[in-house]
Amino acid sequence: MTLALLITIFVLAVFIGFEIITKVPPTLHTPLMSGANAISGITIVGALVAVGTETTWLATALGFIALVMATVNVVGGFLVTHRMLAMFRKK
Amino acid sequence: MTREMLQILLYLVAAALFIFGIKGLTHPRSAVRGNMLGALGMLLAIVVTLAFANILSWNWIIVGLAIGAVVGVVLAVKVQMTAMPELVAMFNGLGGGASFLVAGAELQREGGLPMSALPAVAIAGIIGSITLTGSLVAFVKLREKKWIEKAILPGHKFINAALALLAFAMAALFIWQGHGWEYWVLVLFALALGVLLVTPIGGADMPVVIALLNSYSGLAAAATGFVLENTLLIIAGSLVGASGLILTRIMCIAMNRSLRNVLFGVMAPAGSGGDADTVYAGKVKATTPEEVAMLFDTARRVVIIPGYGMAVAQAQHVVRDLANLLESRGAEVEYGIHPVAGRMPGHMNVLLAEADVPYDKLKEMDEINSTMEQVDVAMVIGANDVVNPEARTNPRSPIAGMPIINVDQARTVVVVKRSLSPGFAGIPNPLFAADNCLMMFGDGKKALVELVSALKSS
Repeated sequence: MTLALLITIFVLAVFIGFEIITKVPPTLHTPLMSGANAISGITIVGALVAVGTETTWLATALGFIALVMATVNVVGGFLVTHRMLAMFRKK
Repeated sequence: MTREMLQILLYLVAAALFIFGIKGLTHPRSAVRGNMLGALGMLLAIVVTLAFANILSWNWIIVGLAIGAVVGVVLAVKVQMTAMPELVAMFNGLGGGASFLVAGAELQREGGLPMSALPAVAIAGIIGSITLTGSLVAFVKLREKKWIEKAILPGHKFINAALALLAFAMAALFIWQGHGWEYWVLVLFALALGVLLVTPIGGADMPVVIALLNSYSGLAAAATGFVLENTLLIIAGSLVGASGLILTRIMCIAMNRSLRNVLFGVMAPAGSGGDADTVYAGKVKATTPEEVAMLFDTARRVVIIPGYGMAVAQAQHVVRDLANLLESRGAEVEYGIHPVAGRMPGHMNVLLAEADVPYDKLKEMDEINSTMEQVDVAMVIGANDVVNPEARTNPRSPIAGMPIINVDQARTVVVVKRSLSPGFAGIPNPLFAADNCLMMFGDGKKALVELVSALKSS
């Protein structure tokens, strides 16, 4: 049952994705990509749980590497997107 | 209300922020706010996670967050706008890598995972691994490191097919048996596959590859969401997956190629376009900055068509200087941007924005083509295949049918280029031999600096 619900959420979210991104002006192709990319760093949530609650050293180590990678992705991604958009806006 | 319910509802708020964020990013006016909403959603997700998970030890969390944040800030602040494709590629890879590592960490959990979670673990492993190494290879290729080309193995298609089969077989075994080692072997196969898939893909196809890897990094996160039964990961991941796919499709249409064609590299043989000697023999007219300056004296309408060469030469600032100078003399200057010019979606727009070119001057291909016949001078800077009229005229050309910017229809075309060497498609460009075309040979930046000083002194 849980799996079916999760699949439902997944499919609906894909539909929402296609619906909200209807027409992207070329100027925003790169910022959309890097902003979306920062959002894909949401795995950081899983990494936090893995580092904080795992009891085997291997799981903690894997979680820690994942946490560093995901944090770079999230922080760097949002920041660089902001930098790019600021360039577009200053006219 | 139970704790779990509250957590899921707070995750829903974060998911809504992501949706508003991505929607905002698709419109120029709301883009900055969209990005901030996305960041806010992420912050909320992190805080909620830390508040609700029974964290046993904070040490590694704080260290990991600190290292990641410092590295992320340094990269984001220091990066040159010309290096943006590499950076985006690297961030994609990190996201994919984090996803398969988290899935792997869950597998090591005491008591193990339920059998029903194993397919999702396998999928996260495959997509995440391919995203990581594929992005790293893209990163190396975008840095113009030539040694990577040597890694193209003979018969790589068969090796790839074999690797893919091995990975899927391992995935099947893992789903059936559920041992940790099977997962890591599967990851190894997928990591190798990521390297071999992206290595042979040519530079001009990079916009497609980057957009596709962007999509994969989202799908990997969604798969990890199935492993953790975490709704937020599933929603955020599939949003990114969808947005990446949309961009991939836009890029493929702009090249008139199917995704399969790009990924598996069945480009038509380059021979069908005629060889360079017969196309160019005696017809190419070289020009000097002084001559071009004289040409501009009478030009009322000028269009600049930038390509990857402008990025390589870092010529965007001098291009802007040139445009300002021409405008101060009463000419109208616009930019014609091909959707796949450069190495990532929107590459030229980012570079020109960095050089303070107002974005209403950047015209899309169809818009600029509709008025090309009234253009006095079309100036092509470091672009080649995207202005090759063969795409329109020769149905046997490897680029036949690709939408191009029709600079050949302008009164005069000036091409700034280092040599007559072919572009990515490996075919000669009859434009360079056309009657109305002048070649200004040289490094993009140097040639334009000379042109600007010639204009100033005339």
